[in-house]
Amino acid sequence: MKITVEIQRFNPESDSKSYTQKYKVDAEPTDRLLTVLLDIKGTQDPTLGIRKSCAHGVCGSDAMVINGKERLACKTLIKDVAQGEGAVIRVEPLRNLPIQRDLMVDQHKFFKNYMHVKPYFMSSEEPKEKEFRQTPDERQKFEEGTKCILCVSCYSACPVIQEVNPNFLGPAAIVQAARFNDDSRDEGFEERLLQLDYPDGIWPCESRFECTRVCPRGIKITKTINLTKRKIQQHKS
Amino acid sequence: MHEYEALIVGAGGAGLYAALEASKTGKTAVLSKLFPIRSHTGAAQGGIGAALGNLEEDKPEWHAFDTVKGGDYLTDQNAAILLSEDAIQAVYELENKGLPFSRTPEGLIDQRRFGGHTRNFGEAPVRRACYAADRTGHMILQTLYQQCIKNDVVFFDEYYVLDVVMEGQRCSGLVTVNFSTGEIHIFKAKAVLFATGGFGRMFRITSNAYANTGDGQALLINRGVPLEDLEFYQFHPTGIRGLGILITEGVRGEGGILRNAKGERFMERYAPTLLDLAPRDMIARAIHSEIQELRGIKGDGSVDDFIYLDATHLGKEKIEAKLPDIAEFSRTYLGVDPADKPMPVHPTAHYAMGGIPTDLIGRVIFNSQGTTYEGLYAAGECACVSVHGANRLGTNSLVELIVYGRRAGQHMAQYVKGADFGIVPPDVGEPARARLAELQSQRNGPDPESLRQEMQRVMMENVGIYRNGENMAKAKNTLGEMRQVYTQIKANDPSKAFNTQVLEILELGHLLDLAYMMTACALNRQESRGAHAREDYPERDDKNWLKHTLAWLEDGKIRLDYKNVDISRWAPKPRKY
Ligand SMILES: Cc1cc2nc3c(=O)[nH]c(=O)nc-3n(C[C@H](O)[C@H](O)[C@H](O)COP(=O)(O)OP(=O)(O)OC[C@H]3O[C@@H](n4cnc5c(N)ncnc54)[C@H](O)[C@@H]3O)c2cc1C
Ligand code: SF4
Ligand code: FES
Repeated sequence: MKITVEIQRFNPESDSKSYTQKYKVDAEPTDRLLTVLLDIKGTQDPTLGIRKSCAHGVCGSDAMVINGKERLACKTLIKDVAQGEGAVIRVEPLRNLPIQRDLMVDQHKFFKNYMHVKPYFMSSEEPKEKEFRQTPDERQKFEEGTKCILCVSCYSACPVIQEVNPNFLGPAAIVQAARFNDDSRDEGFEERLLQLDYPDGIWPCESRFECTRVCPRGIKITKTINLTKRKIQQHKS
Repeated sequence: MHEYEALIVGAGGAGLYAALEASKTGKTAVLSKLFPIRSHTGAAQGGIGAALGNLEEDKPEWHAFDTVKGGDYLTDQNAAILLSEDAIQAVYELENKGLPFSRTPEGLIDQRRFGGHTRNFGEAPVRRACYAADRTGHMILQTLYQQCIKNDVVFFDEYYVLDVVMEGQRCSGLVTVNFSTGEIHIFKAKAVLFATGGFGRMFRITSNAYANTGDGQALLINRGVPLEDLEFYQFHPTGIRGLGILITEGVRGEGGILRNAKGERFMERYAPTLLDLAPRDMIARAIHSEIQELRGIKGDGSVDDFIYLDATHLGKEKIEAKLPDIAEFSRTYLGVDPADKPMPVHPTAHYAMGGIPTDLIGRVIFNSQGTTYEGLYAAGECACVSVHGANRLGTNSLVELIVYGRRAGQHMAQYVKGADFGIVPPDVGEPARARLAELQSQRNGPDPESLRQEMQRVMMENVGIYRNGENMAKAKNTLGEMRQVYTQIKANDPSKAFNTQVLEILELGHLLDLAYMMTACALNRQESRGAHAREDYPERDDKNWLKHTLAWLEDGKIRLDYKNVDISRWAPKPRKY
């Protein structure tokens, strides 16, 4: 089917501000949007800037705003975002981070916040046996957080970062902290607590659910944040 | 100029493990063209093999034997024994670093069946693959990256390595370009490890990421380093129809069955004992034959025909618990819930058995006697130890990353303590700078995109699952011509910073060099062994071909030599399953 892809463009070496460029393409309804964008890059405009790698939704490279919503381009089929001949798909870079070029944003702040929560396993003891024992139920308790691919979608969609507090730690960092806090083998809760329990830490979250709505891994982010808040409150009282 | 004792190129499983080890004593940095957690190790699904025996009796010796037999006896047996013995410790170490493995009711690491992994030297499938649902690679990559953060490992993210600095047989640094500025950066080092992964992107249908373009291998061949056993390239039997996205062997490990248009479990005819859990090369050929004999689902024998992978009998609960990502891929890309309907699949280009030749501690080898360079290491998919021989077993790549990544890292840590920095001439970046300037010289040249598509077609049609001399000879000529055309390519994007087009053109050059070399090696090997199946030489020929190929690319010509295979433990036997 014939569709138009409207892409927000910006090249810091030649543009003073962003502008929209339209490309007409012929695409199958079952094509991945990433494939279509790369076709545009390969055959119409090689200057289009975009990050990509795995092409099937597991590496987190190609999150962008598609028709107003954060999605992975490789996990978005044309039929998901364009209905019928002549449909228009609008593609923009992620929000809440500086644009580097076209669809690429500077993710340093996101990763800095991620590292801030000490997102790694901490244990003072060696396991008694070869492995730390953990029942399937205990393992299930932190399943949600292990799914995160650090794609930045939730950070981009967060209305609190957009409207209230640009220094808010952001959803993904809290999900990553919870992944360890809820792991029966881990002993880092107290240390991570310091990284979460401060004004720009976990508390700015207003449970607006935008993160949960966009997460391509289906992580129940808002719920995880609220459970973590409760855990901190219980610990302090 | 940056100065580090140890430099690691690549932040997949192999690179990160090596970095953790090397940084214990040496000043270490990791350079990666992708953000580390975007590396392709994160896409690995099914499992990591180790004879823990958590569910049933198992032994490293059985694992080693399976690896050797799976590799059609081209596997170096000493390397396979080491792999299977160290695998156990490696898996426990990953667990102790926090890796969230799936668990047995008793709280032990759970294990599942995988192709070619058997009990007691081939009797029946064994539960050997340790796994974290169908996200094992994701968990390994995350765990290792987390540990690197914990241990303050230094990263240069989105630095693209363009060249390696060699002084004779010694490596003393790297030439790189910083993606965010387009500036050339020179790194001086005592030791350099390449862990740059595979090159599936030379084929049209592949499970591999866009980033898998064989950069490390290609940079080294241009510095006179040979590559080993390049002719052995694995097609995984079950890629999503048309897209090549991988459906893990773990589906069959959990009980999934391959069926043709008549609904037959056709593997009964090809591998009566292991059935759907036979090694990948055999299953890929079986699918190819079913399609050729018009028993594919479409039934027209065409290149895009396919067969079914049926998991419906496993039930929704088991699928969602053990194979959640597979279920999601199937729903997203096929519109099929695997609990309701079988998945349409066909083989997809997956894994390079061959690569940069190394010894058992990751040092790169430069001749048939096994002499090594100084300060130059390789590990992971880009390397060839060789543990996979002519065909890799599932779960053995992740083991290799950990076992040999660690061994290389440990040796580097020790080596850099006794070594001095070499000499890196101040103008060493000039050729790379000139190359980039030439690419961006704003003249007209041939179109890179059509060249890429043509290469992928040529490789898929002529150097795929089945090969023959006539077609490969033609393909080799075509690829030789394409390499000429390539030299004329220019980039249209004049920007310095964030220039993806320039890097993609360089990557295309790497793929073309490797495709050309692979075709030459495959044409040269006049037998069928493992993944290398010649229609004109259908038998394995141990008398003439039980040897590793070493290949050099010299002024556009291929030079070949051979290296002995270690067969110190098991005498080669015909391979039946
Ligand atoms: C879909 C899929 C599923 C798989 N499932 C399994 C499984 O279940 N079990 C198993 O054992 N194996 C599996 N494999 C195989 C296995 O995952 C890979 O072989 C392995 O992860 C490769 O790891 P690596 O560390 O060698 O390289 P990669 O993880 O590919 O990393 C390569 C690194 O090199 C960097 N790099 C490359 N070129 C450059 C350059 N020019 N400059 C700077 N940096 C560079 C990249 O940025 C990246 O960080 C699977 C493979 C695929 C494709
Ligand atoms: S929580 Fe979800 S949306 Fe946020 S970074 Fe992780 S995977 Fe992406
Ligand atoms: S390219 Fe990896 S998530 Fe889309």
